[in-house]
Amino acid sequence: MDENGKKSLAMVVMSGDFDKLTGAFIIANGAAAMGMDVTMFFTFWGLRALKKNVRTGSTFFGKMVGLMYGGGIEKSHPSKFAFGGMGRWMFNKMMKNHGVQSLSEMRDLALQLGVGLYACQMSMDVMEIPQESFVDGVKDPVGVGFFLLKAQNADIQLFI
Amino acid sequence: MSDETKIDLELDLKGLLCPLPMVKVSQNINNVPVGGVIRAVATDPGAMADIPAWAQSTGNEVLSADKEGSEFVFLVKRVK
Repeated sequence: MDENGKKSLAMVVMSGDFDKLTGAFIIANGAAAMGMDVTMFFTFWGLRALKKNVRTGSTFFGKMVGLMYGGGIEKSHPSKFAFGGMGRWMFNKMMKNHGVQSLSEMRDLALQLGVGLYACQMSMDVMEIPQESFVDGVKDPVGVGFFLLKAQNADIQLFI
Repeated sequence: MSDETKIDLELDLKGLLCPLPMVKVSQNINNVPVGGVIRAVATDPGAMADIPAWAQSTGNEVLSADKEGSEFVFLVKRVK
């Protein structure tokens, strides 16, 4: 329970894979609809889920990360059947055909439902991904202590 | 039962997949007064499990959940 007596869900999103992000946002949005207080803590590859479609990086290595792993949530590849971009195209098409929202629509809905989207400050520093590269509505960066406090008080903890 | 119940809001959830039927019901529950009833029609079979679970979690009540052909019809009462 959180301080308001609501049930709560605390989730680490480590993955930047299309399929895992889809699962993460569906669970988060479902939980928010069920009246839970939801915290999503995005770290390492998961940071992509918060990004606009921009190139990042200041040093040589950071720019390389930006180049290899640039773009926003719509650039994420499925963990299987990636096929150099074909997989993403195929899954997007399949999801659309079946009336499932796109990842960026799911993220918009999460923000609308009051899901707390937090980025890991340390990953942001290492990957050279600044707050300005995130979409509006993402909360200020936090550390693991913040997440652990949320997780400790949460009824459900997930790692994706 | 469904013949006598007064419907305050009709929701068309046809074509929506998980978790949207549940999300839409939750977004609309405050648009009916306490004691009011939403009639929601979905085509996602998963909603048959999800909407009652949503109701249990949020303290609302599913008066009925019926399969009518390829559609699933819910009467959801706002309890609080």
